[in-house]
Amino acid sequence: MESRDSGAGALGYDTTDPRRERTQNLSPPDWQNPAPAGIYNLVVIGAGPAGLTAARLAAGLGARVALVEAAAIGGDCTNVGCVPSKAIIRSGRLYAEIARARHFGVAARGSITDPAMALARVRKVQARISRAEAAAVLQDEGIDLFFGKAGFAGRRSLRVGDQTLHFARAIVATGGILRLPDVRGLEEVGYVTVETLFDRDTLPDSMMVIGGGPLGTEMAQALCRLGIRVVLVHDEPKFLPREERDAAQLLSEQLARDGVEIHLNTTAVSARTTPLGKEITLETGGNVFRMTVDEVLTGVGRIPRIAGLDLDRAGISADPENGIAVNDFMATTNRRVYAAGDVCGQYMFAHVAEAAARLAVRNALFFGRRRFSRLTIPWCTFTDPEIAHVGLYADQAFDKGIAIKTYTILMHEVDRAIADGEETGFVKIHVRQGTDRIVGATIVARHAGEMLAEITLAMERRTGLRALSDVIHTYPTQSAAIKAAADACVADRLTPRWRRFSSWWMSALRRVG
Amino acid sequence: MTLNDLPDEALLDKLQHAAFGWFLETVNPENGLVPDNSDDGAPVSIAVVGFALSCWPVGVARGWTGRERARALTLATLRFFAAAEQGGDETGTGHQGFFYHFLDIERGRRVWNCELSLIDTALLLAGCEVAACYFDEPTHDEAEIRMLARSLIAAVNWTWALDGGGTLSHGWHPATGFIRYGWEGYSEALILYVLAAASTSHPTPPDSYCAWRRTYQWERIYKHDVLYAGPLFIHAFSHVWLDFRGIGDAFNREKGVSYFENSCRTVQIQRDYARLNPRGFQGYDADCWGLTACDGPVGPMTTPDDLGRQFLGYNARGAPYGPDDGTLAGWAPAAALPFAPADSMAALRTMIGRYPGMMRDDRFLGSFNPSIPGSGPEGWVSPRIYGLDQGLLVLMIENHRSGMIWDLMRCSNICRRGLRQAGFKGGWLDGK
Repeated sequence: MESRDSGAGALGYDTTDPRRERTQNLSPPDWQNPAPAGIYNLVVIGAGPAGLTAARLAAGLGARVALVEAAAIGGDCTNVGCVPSKAIIRSGRLYAEIARARHFGVAARGSITDPAMALARVRKVQARISRAEAAAVLQDEGIDLFFGKAGFAGRRSLRVGDQTLHFARAIVATGGILRLPDVRGLEEVGYVTVETLFDRDTLPDSMMVIGGGPLGTEMAQALCRLGIRVVLVHDEPKFLPREERDAAQLLSEQLARDGVEIHLNTTAVSARTTPLGKEITLETGGNVFRMTVDEVLTGVGRIPRIAGLDLDRAGISADPENGIAVNDFMATTNRRVYAAGDVCGQYMFAHVAEAAARLAVRNALFFGRRRFSRLTIPWCTFTDPEIAHVGLYADQAFDKGIAIKTYTILMHEVDRAIADGEETGFVKIHVRQGTDRIVGATIVARHAGEMLAEITLAMERRTGLRALSDVIHTYPTQSAAIKAAADACVADRLTPRWRRFSSWWMSALRRVG
Repeated sequence: MTLNDLPDEALLDKLQHAAFGWFLETVNPENGLVPDNSDDGAPVSIAVVGFALSCWPVGVARGWTGRERARALTLATLRFFAAAEQGGDETGTGHQGFFYHFLDIERGRRVWNCELSLIDTALLLAGCEVAACYFDEPTHDEAEIRMLARSLIAAVNWTWALDGGGTLSHGWHPATGFIRYGWEGYSEALILYVLAAASTSHPTPPDSYCAWRRTYQWERIYKHDVLYAGPLFIHAFSHVWLDFRGIGDAFNREKGVSYFENSCRTVQIQRDYARLNPRGFQGYDADCWGLTACDGPVGPMTTPDDLGRQFLGYNARGAPYGPDDGTLAGWAPAAALPFAPADSMAALRTMIGRYPGMMRDDRFLGSFNPSIPGSGPEGWVSPRIYGLDQGLLVLMIENHRSGMIWDLMRCSNICRRGLRQAGFKGGWLDGK
């Protein structure tokens, strides 16, 4: 039977060339900017996760909205970040599964990795996702979409090319740019970043990934699983400096198991080209050594993108390191202009950008007083196992003077994780000592990002950990780990005094018969 | 007659005596230095020297060596360190009162491009303090021991080792300066902070003890409320010298558990983990455990089902988060005797009975891994004996049998002052 991609033909998707389809959807070369329509309720600069959310929300509320994009709709998320990296991670995970197929009683013979096909799939995924945020779709939603570089012309207007847009309110959501490490000679030797990696037709035989933060570890693992020799260089003693050390340690172990060559506490000092490839000089604890690889992947940190916006003309304060200064309501120093997403410097995640954008729209258009600091912000590093976190870490709680107790369930105690052969990881839920008030949680598990939502909900709604013990979880699931932690919290209530009372009650019952 | 045929007390005596013998056999009598392990040409580890200094009094008390000889060895050690070059030279012995981790056994000079090590210096100093407390006779030699030991302890510049930060640095390299990270979170460094807090010449501020507690993890794991640290040695090292029974710092008071009780619970976590044996390694059960820092095999792990694991070499293994590659330290249950006498004894007997090849001449080799096929049931066996393991055995078995080291150190003004400065109260610390 022929598969149907509903409506695809009618909208004219070119499904034969995903590159072209994505371009057609997200940065159509023949796009004609509309004529500016008087004063806009809201002008949004940047059509990444924050900008798209803000523009769509405002348009849905009947606002007259202009959305300005300098490159491609979807921002880094769809084009170079979240989406393509998750697609390549999926391929890598499958290869890893195949490699241990025998563990599950499956003989998978003769499977070889094909990075070119994996990359082709990445582009198909991007093309698929681009359909939902295509320029034409946004136009149909009533958004005036302008392609071009925006710069403020004054406190209530900005210019796109030779057009001037006047606004009552504006939201800056220009995202971030990659931060490159300071490696002497790397510019001349050449390197790839996530911005260029996924556009390649195939991958080199060996790569050095510089930087062991979330994106660096995700990419190192995925690339290694695709059969590439990967050297991961990180200048701190553990990966994911922000995460709990047990999480980072489990990840280190998994990366080593995948075959990543790990160099912690190691700094890339300089680079040069030799007949054998790109030779990187590394330094660790006073020892210097060299490694030669085919390609270097770096630029795994991000800094806010504020260049060329002429922010000073609109009276908006910003600095290159921390981005646009916003208050807790996401307002900039120009009360008519708000900012959201990576351009504000903090919490550089797509979902935080979207949440901040929703908050900014409400505050900008409805005199709202919603505070960013009240948001419960989860995040996840999509390595295998995934590492997901929400709320405070133990040391942050200590700094705030909050005594905490952590309820830990190892994934190897969870029936479904054992059945799935996915026993690496844990659920740790921090509660304020003596109460069941959740102050934070870290989950390391195959599907930690999915599991975390339950705890985020409990934190957001302030239900307390014990309430999760009363929630019936389907059996067997991996999220039963969360219920087990909640059960432990409930059991803690059974103090010796209560236990004595309970024993007395039971003996009384026996006497009554 | 096998070891397991001996009654408990005789078995422990034999194991302890054998471990003590290693120090007597390997010590350089000229300078008191002891090698890190049994390999030919192995360098000296200053931590092992600290253990040796602590072991000599045990040997005297048990009648395995004379007081004269113990005194001579102790004096040689202390004289060497007191006279050692302290300029931070690349081929020197120490700097700012601290010493390099590894030294050559003849001249006592830095080898292996190693770091100036804070924790290893602390273990050395703990040995010095044991010597100062034990050799209490009013003779010229024993007075010199006390004088040298106390001056070595007083000479350490702890303030410098903070490197301007909140916590004590891991160490220092002559070429590159301080190692960028500090000692924080529960670890074997408890004794380091106590000794640093005790200093009257270069003390660390009370904030620094607080800063090291910042990343403590108070967790409920396998139904045990525990201050988590994975490797077993962490829960034993400081406890060799300091008797944490009945005393507590602010953390202990807040959670209602002493560090001693915490080590007891950690033993139970090791047992529970081994019983669950999530990674399916050979031999693990409630009476066969011992995940700690120890020697181990290296390289990819070949299993019939292609799990693709790696052996970890010398590494700090731990429960329940790992790392775990199936390697166990046969000596670990003996080192845990004070915390869980019955369970440790059961494990000790089970492991000795099942894996006799993990020992050589009644001495525990570094570790073994029964998951790797070998010439016996113990599979892969570490080819060497480690001084740290032997020291831990002598001293923890002694604490289990008589509490001798604890008794000595409870009378140490330095330990008492350090503990009090760090906020410890209660029990024996409230006495005179």
